[in-house]
Amino acid sequence: MLTKRIIACLDVHDGRVVKGVQFVDIVDAGDPAELAARHAREGADEIVLLDITATHEGRKTLLDTVRRAARELFVPFAVGGGIRSAQDAEQVFDAGADKVSINSAALADPALIDSIGRSFGAQAVVVAIDARRDPSAADPVREAQVLVQGGRKTTGRRVVEWAREAESRGAGEILLTSMDADGTRAGFDCELTAAVSHAVNIPVIASGGAGTVAHFVDVFARGCADAALAASIFHFGVSSARSLKQELAQAGVSVRLPC
Amino acid sequence: MRVTVIDYKAGNLTSVLKALRHLGAETEVTDRADTVKTAERLILPGVGHFAATQQLDASGVTPAIRDVIARGVPFLGICVGMQWLFSGSTEAPDQLGLAHFAETCTRFPSGLEKVPHVGWNSLEPYRSSHLFAGIHPGEYVYFTHSYKAPVTPATAASAQYIETFAAAVEQGNVMGVQFHPEKSGETGLKILRNFLEYRDKETAC
Repeated sequence: MLTKRIIACLDVHDGRVVKGVQFVDIVDAGDPAELAARHAREGADEIVLLDITATHEGRKTLLDTVRRAARELFVPFAVGGGIRSAQDAEQVFDAGADKVSINSAALADPALIDSIGRSFGAQAVVVAIDARRDPSAADPVREAQVLVQGGRKTTGRRVVEWAREAESRGAGEILLTSMDADGTRAGFDCELTAAVSHAVNIPVIASGGAGTVAHFVDVFARGCADAALAASIFHFGVSSARSLKQELAQAGVSVRLPC
Repeated sequence: MRVTVIDYKAGNLTSVLKALRHLGAETEVTDRADTVKTAERLILPGVGHFAATQQLDASGVTPAIRDVIARGVPFLGICVGMQWLFSGSTEAPDQLGLAHFAETCTRFPSGLEKVPHVGWNSLEPYRSSHLFAGIHPGEYVYFTHSYKAPVTPATAASAQYIETFAAAVEQGNVMGVQFHPEKSGETGLKILRNFLEYRDKETAC
């Protein structure tokens, strides 16, 4: 049986793990390599490292962080942030990542999806989409908008249509972040997640809004998510992936246990 | 212990090499037939498209693998590397596999569940085998693939997604896993260790 994945996300800035509330207030939460290893040990099914510095100077730091984090990590490991070319992706893979997550670079040049997919396989390409419902639209969910620059800028693209294009170009997974829900700990946007999950045939990772176990149950059931991402829920000892998964199993969600 | 890992430009090898080194193996990466011929233990990794295995034919590695397998050298194919042990795959009908196993790999039927099959799936060891010594029914490993091999007498473990398929094959020194042991936590490392510790009966001391 295939299980629902719980993915631990590390937002990294200048080589340190941080977590913002709606991408604004940034709090230091530790060393990326140490936290990646701890999450894997505590039952996370996968680790995502998102570099939110992603400046030119930050690249070398990031590759070093990836190398250190990957060294003793034997679960899937995805890295995103600042990957703008197939060469950038190759460096991240060489440093030990299994997947790259691309976001604004793919919007600026959608052919980047094809090019990384051709060289490294679709399973290695995650397209991350920052989404916001469009309250002015007839259907705010189906017409949700794609944002960039940490949610500050609209792109004129619709989330469902962009997810379909990403799939057709060879993306292996979609990482869907609800900018409405992110950092609130008030629950995932299940309607939006379901709309995207039904529109594509590749896995959809739900992100943004995790606060309680019930939120995860909800996003797997109503949201039809294949995986769910959580960052802040873990960092401050609220829960571990293992205890989260034990509670999910009791609620009837199929998860990898023991882990 | 030396393990030779074949590089045929299909995806990256970093994770496989890292896991092997973690287990104490000395690794050697090659795309050359003469190096393959001297291998003591051989791994054919692979993520991506079955068509990429054409490189093995073009570089003369295919007959070298056939030779070392015949000599009893332990061989492990991972993902596409396992599928290549079969006659071929409908993913690239013009590209022949090694045909160590006669069957053909096919795509999961569409319409029921998402294809590709991505994530942690439980395993059912199918019969006693070297690869799955100490692995219990229901342990999880990480898969990412759209094509799969059928269950046959060579199947060492099966998995269930849409239908039952071969998660692993084993026939003497020839082994293959559809999943990624290098990405499957402690269970995966144990399976890789079992491969590293495999001894052919005839050469055992």
